[in-house]
Amino acid sequence: MHHASFSRKIFVIGNYVFLVLVSLLCLLPLVQVLAISFSSSPAASAGLVKLIPVDFSLDSYTYILQKQEFINSFSITLQRVVLGYSLNIVLALLCAYPLSKEVKEFRLRTYYAWFFVFTILFGGGLIPTYVVVSETGLLDTIWALIIPGAVGVFNVILLLNFFRGLPKEIEESAFMDGAGHWTVLTRMYVPMSMPVLATISLFTLVGHWNAWFDGLIYMNFPEKYPLSTYLQLMVINSNPMKMDINNLNGALEISERTTRAAQIFLGALPILIVYPFLQKYFVKGIVLGSVKG
Amino acid sequence: MRNSAKLKREFPLHLMLIPGVIIVFIYSYLPMAGIAFAFQKFIPVQGLFGSKWVGFDNFRYVFQMPDFWQVLWNTFYIATMKIIAGQIVPIIIALLLNEMKRAFVKRGVQTLIYLPHFLSWVILGAILVDILSPSEGIVNQILQAFGFDPVFFLGSNQWFPAVIIISDVWKEFGFSTIVYLAAITSINPSLYEAAIVDGAGHTRQVWHITLPGMVPIIILLATLSLGSVLNAGFDQVFNLYSPSVYQSGDILDTLIYRIGLIDAQFGVATAIGLFKSVVSLVLISISYILAYRVANYRIF
Repeated sequence: MHHASFSRKIFVIGNYVFLVLVSLLCLLPLVQVLAISFSSSPAASAGLVKLIPVDFSLDSYTYILQKQEFINSFSITLQRVVLGYSLNIVLALLCAYPLSKEVKEFRLRTYYAWFFVFTILFGGGLIPTYVVVSETGLLDTIWALIIPGAVGVFNVILLLNFFRGLPKEIEESAFMDGAGHWTVLTRMYVPMSMPVLATISLFTLVGHWNAWFDGLIYMNFPEKYPLSTYLQLMVINSNPMKMDINNLNGALEISERTTRAAQIFLGALPILIVYPFLQKYFVKGIVLGSVKG
Repeated sequence: MRNSAKLKREFPLHLMLIPGVIIVFIYSYLPMAGIAFAFQKFIPVQGLFGSKWVGFDNFRYVFQMPDFWQVLWNTFYIATMKIIAGQIVPIIIALLLNEMKRAFVKRGVQTLIYLPHFLSWVILGAILVDILSPSEGIVNQILQAFGFDPVFFLGSNQWFPAVIIISDVWKEFGFSTIVYLAAITSINPSLYEAAIVDGAGHTRQVWHITLPGMVPIIILLATLSLGSVLNAGFDQVFNLYSPSVYQSGDILDTLIYRIGLIDAQFGVATAIGLFKSVVSLVLISISYILAYRVANYRIF
């Protein structure tokens, strides 16, 4: 018995050490980039920086924050996040509410549901989607980044499953009192769905912030790139290590390592700020959405 | 009369769905009509109706491309390895996290391991390019400190697929533990009490109670991942690859992008896309049917 508890102790300690190391492994690459961004350029290119800034310097940040292209793309991303987020949430609520009804309350429910779900199973693919976006006149406008993905079918499913779990009596008594569907949705369902709405909010906000590929293909001018696409151009395509590929926009300046690092960090910063506050919600939301019953 | 009352009752529900239905119709269903490009020598200015129909020529061309089969294999290999490693690692981490009793440390670990999931492959790709650089990257500096030669991880066909698979597991393993942890916490505690009474130690409890309790969700997730065996991860590969690793790292989605949007061969690119969509549709349908039969899982 004594022996067993001794090996148990070794395991518990080893387990703590291992998991702490694993979690550091998730953090250290970011720390390294942060350290490079705060180092002087010669120290960084000589490879002297190891998790701690060498020759502390804010040069790369002052350089980037004065750069008009960076500011521009940042403001495009802000517009995109605000408009895209609002539209995504409104549409998710509007689609999820009717679909959460029983067939006897809403006879076409199943047809509508399949109409949406089929798009998860099958799609036209990159080129046909590009042609439709182009034909509907969205190229080079901010709407190209917002409208094609405005209905998040996974969000709708998450939300409708949550709605179905709400007690039926509440809405029945509201209908008795003469309330309509709109009132029930906005006054009762929305306030009761805050945890799952927080989850969807996190995914939608992060999704719009991170999206870069639509900017790359739907915008013909780098001035119209959202921040993530701009970063993709600056920190990946203009990296001397990868200079040869997909150099769509002609000759690019070769950016310095510290500047790249500072841009990477600024690109990740809003997520690092928002994430801890929403963490407790998304865990709940994921579990609600993926494993039911 | 009753029918019209019902219609009136349902009217707002239809109204609510209209905007979503229109958007999904235009941007998800109309592109499906664009699949016709795959059977055309599509020229954008001539449009869908003006372009010449060429039957299966584009497919014949694709299947005769020397690179295509290599790319298909790369896609399948990278995606399958990601699925396997992406299931095993989170299961182990979830089991280990479950053994952690200090809530504070546990929450700290969880916060850190969920984090990479929320960063894009632009950010993480740029970080990887930096830390894996053969000349100045910290990983190679560490290798050299131990007397190894520097490795050009992102430029060597030997290493590239491994880097892709490992870095994807690194990004997603934490997030995937959420579901497994939830499965563990839903196991009936009286099972453990009974096991303790029977004299089962910790290891035996894990083998005979915790793991069997996780089996349904493991089977469910494994089944559902069947639909992704041709999704090797466009964002990741696109931000990490270069022509020197096309041989081992080019995947269907990056090939479609280059042929379609860089070389403007719309018909050929759509044909490859259609090939991928059809195979995926079949696999997803099978996986959903299996998931329904085996785990009684329904998406809505």
